[in-house]
Amino acid sequence: MNEIPAPAALLPWAPERTGEAAPAPERRPPAALAELGLALRLAWRQLRAERARLATAIAGVMFACVLVFMQLGFKGALFDSATNLLQALRADLFLWHPLTEASFRPERMPRSRAHQALADPEVVRAIPVYLAQLPLRNPETGTKRAVQVIGFDAAAGALRFPGIEQVAEALTRPDTFAFDLRSRPEFGPLPRLFNERGPFMVELNGRAMELVGLVEIGPSFGADGNVVMSEVNFRRVFERRPSHIDLVAIQLAEGADPAAVQARLRALLPGDVSVLTHAELVQKERRYWEDGTPIGFIFLFGSVMGLVVGMVIVYQILFADIAGHLGEYATLKAMGYTDGYLARVVLGAALILAVVGFIPGFLLCLFLYDFVAGATFLPLVMTAERALGVFLLIFGMCFAAGLLAIRKLRDANPADMF
Amino acid sequence: MQAPVELRGVSFAYGSGELRRLVLREVDLRVEPGEIVILTGPSGSGKTTLLTLIGALRAMQQGSARVLGQELMGAGEAARVRLRRRIGFIFQNHNLLGFLTARQNVAMALELDGALSERERLARAGAMLEAVGLAEHSEKHPAQLSGGQRQRVAIARALAGGPGLILADEPTAALDKQTGQEVVRLLRDLAKGRGVPILLVTHDPRILDLADRIVAMEDGRIVQGAPERAR
Repeated sequence: MNEIPAPAALLPWAPERTGEAAPAPERRPPAALAELGLALRLAWRQLRAERARLATAIAGVMFACVLVFMQLGFKGALFDSATNLLQALRADLFLWHPLTEASFRPERMPRSRAHQALADPEVVRAIPVYLAQLPLRNPETGTKRAVQVIGFDAAAGALRFPGIEQVAEALTRPDTFAFDLRSRPEFGPLPRLFNERGPFMVELNGRAMELVGLVEIGPSFGADGNVVMSEVNFRRVFERRPSHIDLVAIQLAEGADPAAVQARLRALLPGDVSVLTHAELVQKERRYWEDGTPIGFIFLFGSVMGLVVGMVIVYQILFADIAGHLGEYATLKAMGYTDGYLARVVLGAALILAVVGFIPGFLLCLFLYDFVAGATFLPLVMTAERALGVFLLIFGMCFAAGLLAIRKLRDANPADMF
Repeated sequence: MQAPVELRGVSFAYGSGELRRLVLREVDLRVEPGEIVILTGPSGSGKTTLLTLIGALRAMQQGSARVLGQELMGAGEAARVRLRRRIGFIFQNHNLLGFLTARQNVAMALELDGALSERERLARAGAMLEAVGLAEHSEKHPAQLSGGQRQRVAIARALAGGPGLILADEPTAALDKQTGQEVVRLLRDLAKGRGVPILLVTHDPRILDLADRIVAMEDGRIVQGAPERAR
């Protein structure tokens, strides 16, 4: 009975019936990189095998991706737009009441501070600016809506909004103003009407005023539109004491060091003004909207929720994949695959999902950004930093889901396979 | 020369304290090079536990077990994982990866060997499938194969890595009589041809005649076919 017929095809490396135990073949462990590649390939083959499950996972990652992109996009756009007006102010230093939190609700300060600032030899001009929100009547529908009014000496050239030079001359006439062509359309088709028929009368704060030109500033959180006029006209339309102003824009002599002048002005001026550089001014305004309002938190919360939902979906998919293949995973362990290798397979699957979910999500968001920007007039722009940042978030999300799912691998015990 | 499997005084218990249940009592077993040993006995006799200990799938508790030159008593997880790579396992269920083709499944046994390129792995896997008579099925997925064919793929996988020992647990349980015999005969022929010893656990009386030696277990002890020296 021990006489064994020779197998039909002997393998090239078989020691033919020598009766000896097969020699233990030389084995060296695969290079770490090659092994990682094999683990990734196994993960991909496993994912690919279940199309419906893969589609669900990709949809989950895409969902998280779109949600985070949109939340960050809206947040960025709103904060960018919140500082539209201040961004447009071109001056070296600004005086502003220390209690002013945001430009739409300024605290007033004495006009004399502007004159005092001139005491510094390197201050060339100190231009008082008035800010207020006043109702503007839509000439087509007759409805009224608050518009941000900026009153200053346009001829001084401190506030260089695009287009201001052409209208500076006209603004010196009584009862004239320039309108921000990027204002929301609720104010009526003022830019179109102006381009068609030239200057015309519009009601601002119950007073008939002449629209004499267009400038470009952009709407913001606090203001749906902007109107620029001379300070004389401002005081006329908005009856208020000229001795109190909202902002001072300071221009320095060529070559002056803004930081040095800022320090000198701080020492010179009383405590009812703070001296800010342009960057500090914009930053302060931005911080008000980010920290002083629930807006920043709302978007953060939305982003986190997107990531959590995405993570749960990816976790569920990975978990189901492991739970459905426990026997196979246990077999691999019995064959000598380490726990670490199988963990890399699961993490590999997670990271593949991150990539294949992110790409369509990103493309969809490019389209959505355009679409939403067109609908809301908010500056939604896809930047490289944001794309990279969201990719890292999605990557981290999938990685976390993978780490959670790995625990299930413990249930794959090769000793239970027999 | 050294026997591939040499057990001395192996005892094993599940649980602890009052629930402690001894399933192996002072087992001695030796498998010679190229020998085919069938381990049989009623369920609960401890034969599967013995197989998992020899396969380095469980940590030893008591006694001494030298498998392919590696002492398993006190061996750590890493040493046991390394040993498993030199053992071919065949399970009751084929446990093939459903998302891989037959050839890729067999190649999985070779991916742990860094000396082989992808091409060599697939070539060897193809040769192995040819040896089990599945050359024309090598690109099929397990779901497209019959039960006997799947078990033959599992045999090819167990042998592909050039193991020093084959451990099989009820390899015919899911197969009908004829297919079961064919599969075990194939396994025996391939192993004999390569001098690989087989330790096979089964209840199945239809395949007992394929063994060189039959070891019967009962209640954690070997009751028949106790260690014999140099046959």
